[in-house]
Amino acid sequence: MTKPALALERLSKSYPGVQALRDVDFAIASGEIHALLGENGAGKSTLLNIVSGAVRPDAGRIVLDGAALDLHSPLEARKAGIALIHQELALVPHMSAAANIYLGREVTRGGVTLDRAAMERRAQDLIDRLQVEIDVRRPVRSLSMAQRQCVEIARALLYRARVLALDEPTSSLTNRECDALFVILRALRTEGVAIIYVSHRLEEVALIADRATVMRDGRVVGTVTVAQTSRAELVTMMVGRDLSELAPAAYRPPAAVALRVEHLTSAARLVDISFEAYRGQVLGIAGLVGSGRTELLRAIFGADPIDRGTIAVNGKPFTGRTIRGAIDRNIGLVPEDRKGQALFGRMSIRSNMTLVSLGRFARGGVIQAKPRQAEAQALVADLDLRPRDTARPVGLLSGGNQQKAIVGRWLSAKSDILLIDEPTRGVDVGAKAEIYRLIGRLTSRGAAVIMVSSDLPEILQISDRIAIMREGRIVKELERESASEATIMHYATGGV
Amino acid sequence: MQNLKTDNLEVVPVAASAAALRRMASIERVRRLGILFGFVVVYGVFALLNHQFMSVANLTAVALQSSINAIIAIGMTLVIISAGIDLSVGSIAGLASVVAATVMATSGLGAGVAAGLAVGIVAGAINGILIARVGLAPFIVTLGTLALFRGSALVFTNGQPIYGIPEPFRSIFAGTLGPIPTPVILAIVVALIVDFVLRRTTFGEHIIAIGGNEEAARLCGVAVGRVKALIYVIAGALSALGGFVLVARIGAAEPIGGTGYELDAIAATVIGGTSLFGGVGTVGGTLIGALILGGLRNGLTLMNVQSFWQQVASGLVIIFAVLIDKLIRRAA
Repeated sequence: MTKPALALERLSKSYPGVQALRDVDFAIASGEIHALLGENGAGKSTLLNIVSGAVRPDAGRIVLDGAALDLHSPLEARKAGIALIHQELALVPHMSAAANIYLGREVTRGGVTLDRAAMERRAQDLIDRLQVEIDVRRPVRSLSMAQRQCVEIARALLYRARVLALDEPTSSLTNRECDALFVILRALRTEGVAIIYVSHRLEEVALIADRATVMRDGRVVGTVTVAQTSRAELVTMMVGRDLSELAPAAYRPPAAVALRVEHLTSAARLVDISFEAYRGQVLGIAGLVGSGRTELLRAIFGADPIDRGTIAVNGKPFTGRTIRGAIDRNIGLVPEDRKGQALFGRMSIRSNMTLVSLGRFARGGVIQAKPRQAEAQALVADLDLRPRDTARPVGLLSGGNQQKAIVGRWLSAKSDILLIDEPTRGVDVGAKAEIYRLIGRLTSRGAAVIMVSSDLPEILQISDRIAIMREGRIVKELERESASEATIMHYATGGV
Repeated sequence: MQNLKTDNLEVVPVAASAAALRRMASIERVRRLGILFGFVVVYGVFALLNHQFMSVANLTAVALQSSINAIIAIGMTLVIISAGIDLSVGSIAGLASVVAATVMATSGLGAGVAAGLAVGIVAGAINGILIARVGLAPFIVTLGTLALFRGSALVFTNGQPIYGIPEPFRSIFAGTLGPIPTPVILAIVVALIVDFVLRRTTFGEHIIAIGGNEEAARLCGVAVGRVKALIYVIAGALSALGGFVLVARIGAAEPIGGTGYELDAIAATVIGGTSLFGGVGTVGGTLIGALILGGLRNGLTLMNVQSFWQQVASGLVIIFAVLIDKLIRRAA
């Protein structure tokens, strides 16, 4: 390895009660893409925050190009040539791409008036260097997530970043956009930029990274050359145990028809959708982001209006569709945006799990505390939720435990048709396996599960049947044996 | 890979998150203690500065003076927990009191009280429907009805106060029961009922859920519109009740009665620890908030501080309360 561009030496950081980093050594060379892996809570975020100047370490040094750095703020880090691109992008939506790139570093005429023309010209140059097509005069809110990310990268280039850290950069990108991002990252690598790449998606790491450093419990477990390391080895390093759960679930034969959708069409981009979901099975819904998968789940759940078509639950038509009506028919929805659409972060685990079923624990509108608490405790034990204390605010749990609590909510509501949107987004590898097991248990109890996922290995592993959506239609249904990542992508991207 | 210590892997992250949980739990405790601490500081300082302050007679007066604000602020607490705001409560108090006084003069006490409460309920329903059904922002809607209801009260009375409030009305809403003023009893009864509703009923749970995450509440089948509308109806009815106490205490119904009460109610609620972002708050905290404000005004009056300065002090206390809250959260 060449001389490291950035080296972290024996970094330690503790927060009250938590040792976030212990003696972490990490080095990245210029012209290298270095993946940083680890489960949630492993210390990746703390490390990124220290590198980007947002957090100061308790002990240890940051060495950039052989010189020790003492960073007091993100601005200092950026001026030193270190840029962090957060998972949730930090752009001002109604300002133009050019204005965002130059925010805080505006080009002026004599320090008084803004020279927009100059900023737009130079911003366009930066964007062009990334070989993407973005009109920098357009407001950021009109850009796609991938384009916004390019705007952030362009901003980093403006500061001549020699170290670029990306936190889960592909979490909101389509597969095609991911490919485009990889082209950009490889080009930056050729230019000698050192890129720290944080991701949960091991497939991506195999594609893009040269080396990978795995963290666990605030320590570095090891650094490996990606090309010489198997996916299974990486997973074992991350979780510290063998995940045989990642083997596909046994195929389950279909039982009764739980849900029959016919000719469903809506203004929210659904076109003539017909399918059946069976008890005892998982129906996976694959497709690109924007193909109408989420809209389909919402339409079935009564959350969005439909224009045409019928939905039958257990053979009976579901008319006068409302969310309450769907819940009364034992349909449950676990939305993709957990924080925005499912979680009551400051309410207790108990409240979160019993909100839908609250009527069962109330007499004349007054909640009966004991049976409700008994229900919550039973669910916590059943789902192996940590911590066990049902009075804890759910916002403090890990992503995986939060997701289990949301599933628990529908278990409490006795839902047996479960619509699950991206069940493992933002969930670490260990918790993923638990959620898969939970889905397996639901179907074995006779539930019908409809699962939307962008994660193709997940779709292939969990589903008994797979429906592939494109532009608001179901373009193909496959049994699992006849499906592969290649066939799914073939149909999802327009093949026939 | 095999030499990794696999046995402690499960343990450490769990311990770490348990520490985070303990920290969070202690923040909630500190917040609660912070409110009590503010209460003790205000009352302690005045007790030291003025020997009359802690007398039973004066503390009774403080409770009496805080009671109208407490009654209205309890309604405000529900509104703010649901992530809303109601700027029209003072105007509703004014309108309800002049309507009640007018009806009372011709049709008797019961009819007057019923009419006043009906005004509060209808006014709250107007707010509620515009916010919950039409989907307008609570701040804008109630800013509009703040002027609308006040204007209606002025039009209704032609700007003139209504005198001749019947004595039974005054003794119900501003009398005493033994040594305790009836407004204080009213405030306590209202607080007990609303506290029960908030903590023990499905309606209360739904209010907290809506304030915490309205979209999630909708996707959980909560009748978001109905719950929100009902919250503003309750706030309107409690404002009318506060208006009754005001009328009974001064012996006249003024169309400008209750002006500025919305600010006192919001202040008591916020000092009491209810989050303006919604989802968090307690009735008990609001009661203490009202007592802090009331104690502050009473104490400053006792010390012959000009009323202008009392406003300055109230303002500082509100900012201080929010600042403390912020500091506590940052320390987390």
